[in-house]
Amino acid sequence: MLNLLLRYVNLMVLTIAILVIISFSLAYMFPGDTLTNISGIVPQSNEQRVALEAVFKLDRSIFVQFWYYLESLISGDWGVSFSSQVSLLDEISIAFPATIELITYSLLVSIFVGIPLGFIGGIWHHKPFDFGVVTFSVVSYSFPVFWLALIFITIFCLQLGYLPLSGRVNFLYDIPHSSGFILWDIMLADIPDKKDAFIDALRHLILPTASIAVVTTAIFIRFTRRSIMDEMNKGYIDAAKSRGFTTKQIFFKHGLRNSLLPILPLMAMQISTLITNAMVVETIFSWPGIGNWIIQAIYQRDYPAIRIGMLVVSVFVVTLTITIEFISRAIDPARDKFQRGAV
Amino acid sequence: MNLHTQPRIIKSAILLSCSLILMLGCSKQKTQITQAGITFCSEGSPASFNPQLDTSSTTADASSHQIYDRLLEFNTENGEIEPGLASSWLVSNDGLTYTFQLRKGVKFHDTAYFTPTRSFNADDVVFSMDRWRVVSHPYHDVSGGSYPYFQSLGLKNTIKDVARINGYRVEISLYKPDSSFLANLATDFSVILSAEYGMNLLAEGSPSNMDILPIGTGPYKFVSYRKDQFIRYQRHSDYFLDTIGPENLVFDITPKSSLRVAKLITGECDAVAFPSQNDLEIIRDREDLTLLEKPGLNVGFWAFNTSKPPFDNPKVRRALALAIDKTSLLEAVYLGQATRAKSLVPSASWAHQPNMQDTGYNPVTARKLLDEANIPDNFTMNIWAMPVQRAYNPNAMKMAQLMSTYLGDVGVTVNIVSYDWARFRENLTAGMHDSVLIGWSADNGDPDNFYRPLLTCAAIPSGTNRAQWCNPEYDALIENALKIEDSDERRIFYHRANQIIFRETPLVPIAHAYQYQAVNNKIEGLSINPFGGIRFDDVVRK
Repeated sequence: MLNLLLRYVNLMVLTIAILVIISFSLAYMFPGDTLTNISGIVPQSNEQRVALEAVFKLDRSIFVQFWYYLESLISGDWGVSFSSQVSLLDEISIAFPATIELITYSLLVSIFVGIPLGFIGGIWHHKPFDFGVVTFSVVSYSFPVFWLALIFITIFCLQLGYLPLSGRVNFLYDIPHSSGFILWDIMLADIPDKKDAFIDALRHLILPTASIAVVTTAIFIRFTRRSIMDEMNKGYIDAAKSRGFTTKQIFFKHGLRNSLLPILPLMAMQISTLITNAMVVETIFSWPGIGNWIIQAIYQRDYPAIRIGMLVVSVFVVTLTITIEFISRAIDPARDKFQRGAV
Repeated sequence: MNLHTQPRIIKSAILLSCSLILMLGCSKQKTQITQAGITFCSEGSPASFNPQLDTSSTTADASSHQIYDRLLEFNTENGEIEPGLASSWLVSNDGLTYTFQLRKGVKFHDTAYFTPTRSFNADDVVFSMDRWRVVSHPYHDVSGGSYPYFQSLGLKNTIKDVARINGYRVEISLYKPDSSFLANLATDFSVILSAEYGMNLLAEGSPSNMDILPIGTGPYKFVSYRKDQFIRYQRHSDYFLDTIGPENLVFDITPKSSLRVAKLITGECDAVAFPSQNDLEIIRDREDLTLLEKPGLNVGFWAFNTSKPPFDNPKVRRALALAIDKTSLLEAVYLGQATRAKSLVPSASWAHQPNMQDTGYNPVTARKLLDEANIPDNFTMNIWAMPVQRAYNPNAMKMAQLMSTYLGDVGVTVNIVSYDWARFRENLTAGMHDSVLIGWSADNGDPDNFYRPLLTCAAIPSGTNRAQWCNPEYDALIENALKIEDSDERRIFYHRANQIIFRETPLVPIAHAYQYQAVNNKIEGLSINPFGGIRFDDVVRK
């Protein structure tokens, strides 16, 4: 077990080290001044340039520079945004929770819709309801996310006028930033009309969440349905039937648990897909998350922000993926990695 | 529970959640907070909250009429100058001394970051004007130290002194009479800052906060700002005028114009700035929205770099002007939302000359003139097309492409050049262009605001004279026009200047574009301010 843990930690550290090296070299590979790319500050005078170069160790060898880069990454001193001159750590700590929030809700919706539908489809496979479920999952899996989001906007916002199309909450509600999760922040906030603000935030959430969740739901349906079909066709289920158990008993005692176990890690792996989709959807719905933030940075050629944004997102995805892989390996050591579907 | 009932349960669960979503969706009624506030979707983030530092209309919109007041104000209907923080003023007979009587009891904003101990007085006027005027002023170099509006008008060289006579009286003396002086004090840029706040910040060692966390006397106080997201304002309860404006005001920063219009349709914005030409019909068709339009105080033009041969030859410039068909440019680029420009000033200004001659479309004469000037048949020139959209030129790139076809007909090959906006302006000022498609939006109703920054010799170094054109006869006319108070007499000077521009063709005026603003019908009291930034002091929700 310890051996396993060490192997995964090793894998994680190495991957992150490579990412850090890439992000460090980006400062040199981006067009423009390396000093500006790394610090986000345009030196106004020669003295300031010399002073800044000394701070960022640009006058020393590349290894010293890299060591300094590592140190400042760990200490949270990520430099400032080129376009807004605000600390990147502050900007990311505002933007990232917004993305996490969106992903969390989409994941929850996908789980609560996708798994039951998958079960039903799997149990009554090749029946009319199953065909419906399969059709739904194939169709919604084929939707490009950005297109779906635009269709939602056209129908629900512009035609029907039911839902707002941008942001997290009406800006007239001045919600203080504490956790970064808007619904939670509203509960904590000391404002009048708290209930209205909450409903307003929910209304802002519906369309972005739905746009992301549709594709993931489709994936979850297919995973669950397949798994149930495999499990319910196994010998021990037949044996249980012959012993006189009812379908209900068999399903809840054996089928459910045994078919869920192998697909949970597969579902967790979808988080990287979720993040990718969330970044697209954020841009369309002007959701102030990390995806929207990075895309704005790209528009404004804000190289320090692009570099750090890329590093933060990729470290998050890598850490999450490896952790899930480790946990699923740890709780289910019986299967070897080929059966489980490796990273 | 029987397994076969499960689909029904799930079906009803789905139905329930669907109806829940619909219920949430349908609860469109405005709550107290949204009822008491107004959201304006603006087109970009302001550079700072001090309009002295920037001529961009985005900065002026976000600060000038919300946070600050001026000594004088323009009446948005007829352009007349009205009292602002100065309750009355006196001009000496020689036109060299202006005495302003200031209003008493005008309170500055009391915010989380500053509590004023005194109300507005003469010190604030002296402080605000000296900041851009006096190089040794402690705030002169703060936030870049560049005051482009005052620089382009050369006001530093007009004002001799700004003196405090007593607590509520200020005297401004000039070197030479300037009939546009009062109008300049009423522009978006001549805001009054708080001297006390300035001194406090200086003592704290953070003077640049002056322009980031602003304090003024205006109808709204600044609450918070996040770049590319929002600006929040709160009503200034001690404002010296009775206003009926909303309790909260939010600028929702939405750079994409189609998204602004979409938000207006969904009700997320109550009003939007600069709807794009393509969306105007959509807004007109909707019964719940109103499209405000006004002929704007602007001009879009094609300027030749007259410091570069062969564009130093008026014959060549005239030939090129004759080679393009302005009417089709108006239709294709402005989609008919502009009037044809014959001279610099639009019909909204009193100095407009309706009977002015215009260069027609005549490629035959154009070629003849080019031959006379010894321009060969395969002559190549560049047209710089500005990379941003402005009312006076919504699509310079398209215009340049159309013009290159016209110029090709008379044997001139065109290269279209564009950079990012900052570099574009830098290289223009350096005079690297042959010709440029650009324009000008006036900041006050005075014609001097067109004639002086666009074509006088003094405007070449400050970068607003894109033609790099210097004509002593023209300069003399513009100078002399300022010495006269009577607008009928002044008009004669400007009409003579028009003749010189027509003869010499340093630039080809193309269009005066309409200004647009789209508003939800539930909002009352918003109007287009042709003299600058948007104002919310009298805006109410029905």
